[in-house]
This record gives sequence, C-alpha cells and structure tokens, in this order.
Amino acid sequence: MKKLLIVFLSLTLVVAAAGCGAQGSSGSGGGNVIKVATVTPLSGSQAAVGESIKNGAQMALEERKEEFKALGFELQIAPQDDQADPKVGVTVAQKLIVDDNILAVVGHWNSGVAIPSSEVYAQKNLAMVSPANTAVDVTERNLGNVNRICIRDDAQGPAGADFAYNELGAKTGFIIHDKTTYGQGVADEWKNRYEAIGGKLLGYEGITAGESDFSAVEELVRAAGPDIVYFGGIYPEGSLLIKQLKEKGIDVKFMGADGMDSAEVITIAGDSAIGTYYTSAAADINSTPEGKAFADKYTEKFGKQPQAYSGYGYDAMNVALDGIIKAINENSGEKPTRDQVTAAVRTTSGFVGVSTNVTFDDKGDNTEATVYALTFEEAKYPSAVVKMIPAGEYLK
Amino acid sequence: MGTIKNYFKLIKEKQLIQLVLVFLSPVLFYLYSKSSIIFLLFLASLFLLYRVRLDLRIRGAVALLDLLLVIPLAGLENSYYLGIITQIVIYAVLAIGLNVVIGFAGLLDLGYVGFYAVGAYLYAFFATTQANNVIPESIYQFPLSGNWFWLFLPLALIVSAGMGVLLGLPVLRLKGDYLAIVTLGFAEIIRIILNNADKPINFTNGPKGLTPVKPPELFGIVMNQPIHFYFIVLVLFVMVFIAAYRLDHSRIGRAWAAIREDELAARTMGIPLVRMKLLAFATGAGFAGMMGVVFAARQTFVDPSSFGFMESIGILAMVIMGGMGNIRGVIVGAAAVVILQLHLLKELSTFLTQLSVSGILYIPSQLDPAKYEKLVFGLILILMCVFRPKGLMPAKRTMELIKGFRKKLSKESLIE
Amino acid sequence: MDMIVQMLPQLLIDGLTLGFVYAIVALGYTMVYGILEFINFAHSEIFMVGAFAGTETLLFLQGSGYLENMPAPLALFLAVGVGMILSGLLGVTVERIAYKPVRHAPKLVAFISAIGVSFFLQDAVRLIEGLWKNAFYLSTPQLFDTSIQVMDTMKIPVKVIYIVAIAIVMMVALSLFVGKHKWGKAMRTVAQDKDTAALVGINVDAVISLTFLIGAGLGGAAGTLFSVQYTLISPYVGFILGMKAFTAAVLGGIGSIPGAMLGGLLLGLVEVFGAAFLGIATGGMIGAEYKDVLAFTILIIILIFKPSGLLGKAVVEKV
Repeated sequence: MKKLLIVFLSLTLVVAAAGCGAQGSSGSGGGNVIKVATVTPLSGSQAAVGESIKNGAQMALEERKEEFKALGFELQIAPQDDQADPKVGVTVAQKLIVDDNILAVVGHWNSGVAIPSSEVYAQKNLAMVSPANTAVDVTERNLGNVNRICIRDDAQGPAGADFAYNELGAKTGFIIHDKTTYGQGVADEWKNRYEAIGGKLLGYEGITAGESDFSAVEELVRAAGPDIVYFGGIYPEGSLLIKQLKEKGIDVKFMGADGMDSAEVITIAGDSAIGTYYTSAAADINSTPEGKAFADKYTEKFGKQPQAYSGYGYDAMNVALDGIIKAINENSGEKPTRDQVTAAVRTTSGFVGVSTNVTFDDKGDNTEATVYALTFEEAKYPSAVVKMIPAGEYLK
Repeated sequence: MGTIKNYFKLIKEKQLIQLVLVFLSPVLFYLYSKSSIIFLLFLASLFLLYRVRLDLRIRGAVALLDLLLVIPLAGLENSYYLGIITQIVIYAVLAIGLNVVIGFAGLLDLGYVGFYAVGAYLYAFFATTQANNVIPESIYQFPLSGNWFWLFLPLALIVSAGMGVLLGLPVLRLKGDYLAIVTLGFAEIIRIILNNADKPINFTNGPKGLTPVKPPELFGIVMNQPIHFYFIVLVLFVMVFIAAYRLDHSRIGRAWAAIREDELAARTMGIPLVRMKLLAFATGAGFAGMMGVVFAARQTFVDPSSFGFMESIGILAMVIMGGMGNIRGVIVGAAAVVILQLHLLKELSTFLTQLSVSGILYIPSQLDPAKYEKLVFGLILILMCVFRPKGLMPAKRTMELIKGFRKKLSKESLIE
Repeated sequence: MDMIVQMLPQLLIDGLTLGFVYAIVALGYTMVYGILEFINFAHSEIFMVGAFAGTETLLFLQGSGYLENMPAPLALFLAVGVGMILSGLLGVTVERIAYKPVRHAPKLVAFISAIGVSFFLQDAVRLIEGLWKNAFYLSTPQLFDTSIQVMDTMKIPVKVIYIVAIAIVMMVALSLFVGKHKWGKAMRTVAQDKDTAALVGINVDAVISLTFLIGAGLGGAAGTLFSVQYTLISPYVGFILGMKAFTAAVLGGIGSIPGAMLGGLLLGLVEVFGAAFLGIATGGMIGAEYKDVLAFTILIIILIFKPSGLLGKAVVEKV
C-alpha cells in the first residue's frame, strides 16, 4: 500500500517536474519565443469541431514558422482543451495570461466559454481572435482584445430569413433549435426577422443535443405543414433530422446555419441531404487556388477533408500572426508587448483568407464577412453557392 | 558519528522532510511563483501541517502565514495558481456541503448542483439587467450594485436551503438509490427550466446565459481581481468549515450518524427522522447556494451548461476520494480532483505537446495529448477506488469499531 | 383535436420503438442492481461499445461487399451477435478489474469506480476510432429502407419490426433463463443473500460474472439495435441514453426484470407524447423542450406514492 503511494507520489513529482521543465525551458529562451494558443474543446462530445479548428490553426502556424525565424523569433503553438466548459475555459485563460510568451489566442468554440474567458484575457489585454463564436454578446461587451472573423448571429439569422422568405418563397416556417447558446441564438434572430418581413411561424420547438430520437418534433412538423424548417444547431442533430424527416416522408424544405457547414452532413444524411440549404461565412473552399491548396495540404497532413471550421481556424491564426508581425515591425523588430499586438490585431483590414476576408470594426466584428447561402445540389461536400449576402448590411 | 545516526533516524521518521517542507516550500513558492513543482510542494506542505508533529500554535501561525501572506503575494505574481487555489477552496466548500448530506446523514444526493445553480442564478438575475424583464424599469433600474453581493450570500443560503426543504419534504422517505435518482431528477428539472425559462416570460435568458454579472463591491472598491475572490472564498470557507465541524460534533451530528448507520435503531431512540434528514439536506443545499453566488460573480457569466449532472458527479468524486464523512478528508479530495483536472493533467499534456513540437517525441495528431485528459482522469478514479477505497483520509466510523468489537466477542464466545 | 388524432398512431410506433431501446438497456442496470445493489454507471458506455462493435461489423460487411449480397436480417443478426459478445466480454472484464476489488467497500466507492470506467471507455473508444477511422462519429449503413403502410397516418419501418422482435425475443429468453434455469436460480439466490448463497454451494463470483456477461451483452445488443435504428453514433451517445434507461429501471422498480421492460416502454411513450403534446396542451407556452421535465416529474410522483417503483417489491427491512 505504502509502496503504491510512493509510486503515485513520485509519478506526480515527475509529471510536475516535467511541467516545470517545460515552463522553465520556455522561460529561459523567453527572449525570442512567441507562442499563440488555441483553445477549443479537444475532449468530450464537441471535440470533433474543436479539433478541426485547432488543426487549421496549427497548419497556419507551421507554415509561417520560417517567416518568424527570419525575424529572429521562434514561433510555437500552445493547444489547449477547454472541454466546452466555462469553468475550465476560465482556468485555461488564467494559465495563458501568466505565460508572457503567449501573445494571442485563437478560440473558442462555445460562446458560453468565450465570454467569461475573454474577460480574463482582457485583464492582461491578450488579443483573442475567435474563429467561431457567433453569439452577439461576444463583441457587444466592447472589449478591446476580442475580435471575431465569423458572422454574428444577428447577421446570419436575418440573412437566412430574408433568403428563405424572398428567394425560396417560404411563407410559413417552423423552427427547431438545439437549446444551446449558438442554436437558439441564431434561431431567435432568424425568427425575429422572418416574422418582421411577413413570414408566418407555425412552430418553435427545442430538441436535446446528444439525443437521437426526434420523432415527436418531426410529427409536429408534419402536422403543421410548413414551407420550410429552420434548424438552429450543429450538424449531428441537423443531419439526423434531415434524414429522419425524409424517412418519415415529410416533404419540407430544410435550412440551417453555419453549424450545418460540414462534410459530415453527407456522411450522415446521404442522399437525403440533397436540397438542404444553409448559410455560412465560407463558400466552397476549393473554388479559389489558395483555398484548394489549403484543402489539399490539410487532407494530406491530417488524413481527412477540412471542415468549414478548419478554414476559420486557419484564417483566425493568420489574422493573429499578421497582427503580431505588424506589432514586431512597429516595435522596430523587437518582441512586442501584448498591448501592441492587441492594437495591431484590431487594425486588421483587407485580410484575404481561405474562408473569409477580414476587416475589423471598432467592436472587433468582421465587416467584410459575407453570408453565403448554399445548397447541396448533389450528395457531396462542398456544396454549391446560391447567393452571396454581404453581412455588413446587417451589422449595426 | 552519533549525530549522523540521529540525523538518519530523523529522516527515517520523515520528521525532517516534513519540517523542511512545511517551512521551506512557502518561501520557495513566494520566490518562484511560476514553478509548477514548487506550487505542488507548497500545497502538499499546507496539508502536511495538519499531521506534522509541532506545537499547535506554531502550526497555526505557519498556516495563517501561508494562507494570508504567501498565497496572496505569490498570487500577485502568478494569478493562475491563485485561480487554482481559489477553485480548490470553492470546491472544498461545495464538497463540505455535500459531505453533510452524504457523509454525515448518509443520504445519497446526486442533484446537489441544482442548488448551486439556484444560488448562481439568484444573484445573476438581479446583478444583470435581466431583472428588468420582470420588474419594470420604472420601479428599479437593474443591475443591483456590487454592494448587494454581501446580502445575496446569506439570501442565497436561505433560499437554497428553503428549496432543499421543499424538495426534500416529499422525497426524503425514499431510501438509498431511489433518493439518488429523484435528486438527480430534480437537478435535471432545475437545469432544464433554467435553460428554457426565456419564454413565455424571459426569466433566465435561456441557453444564452446571463452576463455581465456585477462583481462584488466593498466600500467603493470593485472586487473583480483574482486576489479579491481568493479572500472572499477563504472567509466563506472558514465559516462553512466551522459550521460543519460544530454540526458534526453536536447533538444533531450524532443524530445524523445514528440515522446513517441504522435508521430503524435511530427511530427507536426517538430521533426525529424527517426533521434531521431535512436539516442535513437544507444545510448542504444552503452551502451550495451561497457558493453559487460567488461562482456567478467570479465568472461574470452564468449559463445552464455549468450545472449539468457531471458537475454533481465531480463533487461526489471529491467527497468519496477524500474520505466520506471526514471534513478534512473531503477538503483533500477537492484539492486532489481540482489539481488533477485543472492543473496536473493540463501540465502533462502541455509537456507532451512541447516534446512533440521540439521533435523529441513523435505524436500523431490523432493522439494529441490534450485530448486524453479525461481518459487519464478516469483511470486515476478507478485506481483510487481500487487501492484506497476508503478515500485519502478515511473517517473514523464508529460502526466499524462496533463491528470489530462484535467479531472479537463472537470469537471469544466460540472458544468458550 | 384533429391534429392529435392524426398524430396519435405514428407517435405510438415511435414511442414504442424508443421504449424498447430503453427497456433493453434498463435490463442491464436492473440485473446488476438486483445482485450487487449498485448503479453500474458504466453500463451506458458498454452500450456505446456495443453500438460501435455492431456498426463496425456492418461497415466491414459493406466494405468487403458482402452486405449487398446477404439478406439484411442476417447482417443484422451478425452485427447484434458481435455487439453482444464484445460488450459482454467487456462487461465481465470491467467487473473483474474495477468492481470486484471494491465489492466490500461502501457502495458509493463502486459507483465512483464505475464513473472512472465510464470516462475511460468514452475516450478510449474515441482514441481507437480516431486512429483507425480518423473520425469518431460513425454512420451506420442503412439495412432496411422499406416501411409498411398500416393505415393512412401510420407507417412502420421494416427495421423497427426487426428491432422490436429481437428485443422481445431477448427479454423473453432472459425471463425464462432467470426464472427456470439452474444458473438463473443461482442468480436470484445471490441477489437475496450472498453469504447464504455461498453456504449452499453457489459460486458467487461466477454468478456475478455471469450477471455482468448477460447484462452487458444485452447492453451491447441494444447498442447495435440503436445504431441500426438511429444510424448515428459517437462515443458520447451512451450518456443521455444511459441516464434515461436508468430512470426507466427505477420507474419500473429496480431489480425487477419485467419492471425494467415496463419502465422502458412507459418512458419512451411519455417522452414522445410529451414532446408532441406539451405545446398543444399549454397553448404554446412551453413545448417539446420540457419533455424530460415531464418524464422526471412522473418518475418523482410515482416514487412518492410507490417508493419501490411500479413493479418493484417493497423491501422488507432486515433488523
């Protein structure tokens, strides 16, 4: 028994020493090390998206190591797992602000985690570039260090509603959302706009993320007989809904938001996905040469197709790195302070990425974001662009 | 020669190591506040203080010095460790509360986190503009100022305890695992209602949560720094610790122990079962509610996802791992779980990542170390249960003494 | 009102399908509880492993081209068989490693150990699938894509018929086994009193292992059936379902095999009908999102009036 305890204790010590060593090494070489952290869920049920963001960001960082070396800096990535839990997110944030070599953060995935964590970053004015937090509150708190390259819920939802009502001619709608910050957030924005422009809402129901049986809600859709179902949520539940609706023989148009922008939709729903609409900040990534190169390289490196959020992760990291380089230049080649990096990131303008172009306004929202309306014309991903809607119109 | 012998003897008794640890590590922690190993040594020394053979006054003085001087000073240098210590203290209070229900009174409560949520939402509701959705602005312009935080601590305690009584009243005659599932159900109901009570009237803002929650304020100072929260939770911790300790050693505590060990016998002895059970339930609930207020103020954001079933399980794991029924044990349990989850495992994965980045170790991206923190945590839980089933610091259970005594008696009678 | 009548038949089918899945998973909880009086929290992960084993079997058959050429029911039986065997063995292993050493410790210790197993298995499956398939959401191949139109407003998919048939066969077989077979009788004896059972020559360890084998095997079968019905699985699929199934077991009276079946079916129906009618009943005030509140409320009310569950025997306290 005692022996075991000793083994356990010494194991703990070794781990601690290792951690200490790791911190020590970065501390000693602290002069020229620049770290950028990614904070996404890497474990738990949301790990798939979290990982695709991290992979994208990691690729961007690795591509630009040489560039930083030329400037005399060693660029490192610090991937972190926030477990999609606000409490863990805050602890990770506190850990990050203590490491002086970390100059920017790419994250998070859940707005509920991003909001409290960004308050912590703000204490040390650490720049955060969010690839995926669409909740309105993320930038509405006017924190100088918080930026996002994705579209806000109150741009994407209304744009989707306009598209559904005007382009698809859907006069009656039915909302299903997954009761999460993201899902209900975007669904509510869609609802407000849709009703304002004259659409008639026949139902508004919540499902539980992580469940698989949505039959009751589907029967409600059948009974209501709307022109379109709008789904606020992520692709696993969304794809199941599409599939189950088809299986039940309920013929209705289906529309989602950027949570549905994933190759998995096809894997899960198969042919049923044909004719599904969704909005996203990214168009077909393969349509530009840079995007194609990115996608090929990603596939080669990670052995799977990039998801929409991989592109966002890639772009967010590049925005952050551009900001750091700018800050280095302004600091006459010396390692910049966090204040300088944060200021430089906020002035990002005219950035051209693989998923989206980026210009930040004074709140940190991306004014150049475009809402694409897309549809699966056949059972393959990426899907076809139907309409481009500048998100700036919806930004207040 | 003799002195050296004595010296070794001291080491053998582990006295010297303990002493060195107790006195040296605070100094080291103050000097090297960024080192992970020294941080852990320091925490170990805090717990060693309880066991080291020294005069009580000296131990007390060192403890006070550690808590009131070393931690805050090192924390100003490194707010991360201060954050972890604060987190430990918060969970220690929660674990003490759950220990009252499970460890003292023997009621299996899987819905403990529901009361935590009640406290958090109670404060968040009034400390954001949310309350204006229900109370017109003409009556009062919310949010309440941070000065109200202090009033909400006892208020949340009372409200949560009241809810504990309300929920407990119909279900406390259920036994064991039935009680477990019912409390679990109640916590889920609370969480689902919080998640959905944004319509027809917007009480909780649904999944979007409430933000920004006003930080506490005292004499005009806004207390939103980690150091402030450290002192707030420390004071609450001391209060809760004393309360739980006094309860355990009071008539009520003995009544709880009696109920826990043998309900029927306890009833025969004239212990009012329902009243005593309700008291335990309400006490635990009250502590949780009070910490909920701190949680809301510290995070500045509350949403229903923070109050899921896994949170209850986490606190339960602290109680069991620490040693059910022993207040000091559950504090150790809380520290162990929090350090494992929020520090050691993260440190380990950072270290492995560092190795793979620098090319010493090849790790394919599917096996990214950051992804397997929970797997290791699960493994440690199993190992702990198998090798230390009574927890790190087991409680001295009277029943076992009696059982042992009985065995002895029966053996003797056999010989006769 | 028209709407309700129209929806009723189809909802009945959907609710029963869900209920059968709950029922088989609930059996695993109830069997282990009946013998060891402890909540096998890791049962939901055993279920999940079964779902993965079954799906991987079907994917293998599909990949090697056999699936198209073999009758769909045969493929289903094969998948269920693999799922049962793998999960059953896993269940026994878990019992040996994580539960047996703590059998004499307080019950809660075993519970925490089970939680550890649950965390471990979730991420272990994710690790294995991540290395192997580079993804951890798996889509199960479609086995039966036809349905039978029973009436205007009711359609029964063929796969549901198979799933329900397999579930019923397994439940009947289990009831017969526990009721009539020598080992089944041994199980009941152990459930009543382990020490006395040992005294009359029953190998208690073997009986407990057998209980885990059968309970976990049923969980694995349920996992496979689940994946065939709902066609999407992940390492985290067991968590919510496990909690529901445990609720079902308690609802029916934990420790009672018919109780688990009744509880499962009841819970499935309550959920589906609740989700469909809550909105209509309250005039849109609250909707489908409150279905779990309804389910738990019913559970609490039943337990208050019948503390041992619907079919559970009132426990007579031993003094």
